[in-house]
Amino acid sequence: MTPLFAVFVAERLVHLSGVDLAIIAFYFLLVLAIGFYLKRFANTGEDFFLAGREMTAWVAGLAFVSANLGSLELLGWAGSAYQYGILAAHWYWIGAIPAMVFLGLVMMPFYYICKTHSVPGYLKLRYGSEASALSGITFAVMTILMSGVNMYAMAVVMKVVLGWNINFSIWVSSLTVGVYVAAGGLFSAIFNEVLQFFLIWFGALLIPILGMVETNGWSGMVARIHQNFPGQDFTHMWAPLGSFSHNPMGINWIGIVFGLGAVQSMGYWTTDFLVVQRVLSAKDIRSAKMAPIIGSYFKMAVPLIVILPGLLGRAVLPMHLYPASSLQAGQHSFNEVLPLMLARYCGPGLLGLGITALVAGFMAGMAGNVSAFATVWTYDIYRPYLNKTAADQHYVSMGRWCTIIGLFISIGTAYFVMRFASIMDYVQALFGFFIAPLFGTVLLGMLWKRVTRWAGFWGLLAGTTASVTMFSLMKIDPVRWVPVFARSPLAQGLAQDMFQSLWSCVTCVVVTVLVTLVTKPRPDQELVGLVYSLTPIAHEEHASFWHRPLVWGIVALVLLVILQIIFW
Amino acid sequence: MTEKHHIIPVWFFVGVLLLVYGVMIFITGLTEWSNLPDTVLADKHASVWWGALLTVLGAVYCLSFRPKKS
Repeated sequence: MTPLFAVFVAERLVHLSGVDLAIIAFYFLLVLAIGFYLKRFANTGEDFFLAGREMTAWVAGLAFVSANLGSLELLGWAGSAYQYGILAAHWYWIGAIPAMVFLGLVMMPFYYICKTHSVPGYLKLRYGSEASALSGITFAVMTILMSGVNMYAMAVVMKVVLGWNINFSIWVSSLTVGVYVAAGGLFSAIFNEVLQFFLIWFGALLIPILGMVETNGWSGMVARIHQNFPGQDFTHMWAPLGSFSHNPMGINWIGIVFGLGAVQSMGYWTTDFLVVQRVLSAKDIRSAKMAPIIGSYFKMAVPLIVILPGLLGRAVLPMHLYPASSLQAGQHSFNEVLPLMLARYCGPGLLGLGITALVAGFMAGMAGNVSAFATVWTYDIYRPYLNKTAADQHYVSMGRWCTIIGLFISIGTAYFVMRFASIMDYVQALFGFFIAPLFGTVLLGMLWKRVTRWAGFWGLLAGTTASVTMFSLMKIDPVRWVPVFARSPLAQGLAQDMFQSLWSCVTCVVVTVLVTLVTKPRPDQELVGLVYSLTPIAHEEHASFWHRPLVWGIVALVLLVILQIIFW
Repeated sequence: MTEKHHIIPVWFFVGVLLLVYGVMIFITGLTEWSNLPDTVLADKHASVWWGALLTVLGAVYCLSFRPKKS
């Protein structure tokens, strides 16, 4: 037996029964069958890359939120909730809901009206090929790295829970994803994201339900956490943010409100093409506006199945968990809290469902990344710079090949990720590199018609360079540079990333404005449909009150405020 | 969702998945009723009521979104 297929290792949390294996096997068979079924419908470029642009608001909305509900959510954020407490919920609430509503109400009409295939595609129309190429290349790199993160996260679950060899898990899941995405394109990716959405909820929801039963409700859980970890506050969201030293993350409210809420989350949810692509598949502009707002309600509820299990881990697990970088034999890392909780409550059948939910999340995350990679590579790099005049069928073939090649690069990335101590810190750093400055470039381009072609390019380049520089300096000499950029020597990985995002976006905006002032703007007639003040946006006066995206966006924001007050 | 292509709605596949899993988990829960698994709160028989819930939901989705002959 070669090392690659040395499936069984000594340590494992649980043993799967026959019914558990049958549940896992049925999922693999179903997604492959769906992939082959959908292949016949993915014939044109619009079919393969944008799922024919015929998704309803509900399907696009669920796919939109599910594309982000992969390994990061399930493992990384449950681990972060164990590590940092309920502070991690900021990434679901202030770090998501305002941005999703903003995407639906303000930015989506632009993306949809200009009929772009991608965010770099919008930059090409607004600024020209320089900013578009820079964005396309950086995005392609990021999606492939993210896909590797998903693979690694899944392999960790398989190792911890089942004792499966990491190599075996990576290769089996990758080949399955490769087959169904290459067959059905975005159709397959979206169908599986919707399946994954249901699987994750029904597979993970039992953990908080049974956890609450075991601890006798929220107050019982809080009491147990205080008993197990005296003197530390894991259950308040805003009260400990007055000072860097009052919370386990080493962050203050400025980092959360401006670094996370105003920059990183806005950047991720409005310009990360992986999620925006799902909304672009909507059948009309009203569905495109409603999709992210529908997604915001589900996003608001996700802490129930991710953050709460992490907190429950503090309350009920008999052992303490540790950072992956300092693990010793017999210990478990923060990122293993969710599988540990699953093994605690779920017997045969339910365990198979929970494991399948995790696997589905990881595979959908991979599928989302490779389908977005295939689109950006084909439409924003290959077609404009390498082969401008090919037939539509050629680009569809290119998309299929990109899916396969992207997966192999992702597999390499997965092995690279194993070197990093914490999955989430790594991923947040990536977002900071590319997403935060991109948000500045896209937003200025949409709202200010004076911004010029070269301002867009140099602003984006300066922001990205600043981000990479800050990240490198903080890793090379943290004692010296963390207090400079993250404003406190206590700042942990996530806190560093928030400030890194904030400063890189500020850098992008400042450089963009300065270059704009010394370069010549484009004529107004060239910017119709690309800039807010020059674009007639369809309003919903004709729609009934309850069908207006604005109404549901406001309701989402009100609910967000209520949640902040409850968990203050 | 499927005006152009007449694709089977994704909700039907969701129903199939929930129905198959619901039946499997429900039956497993019944078979271990008197021989509880070694998990916390096993006496609550989560497999039985969770499996029943999935079965009902899956059946509703399958019936509501089953492919229709054109």
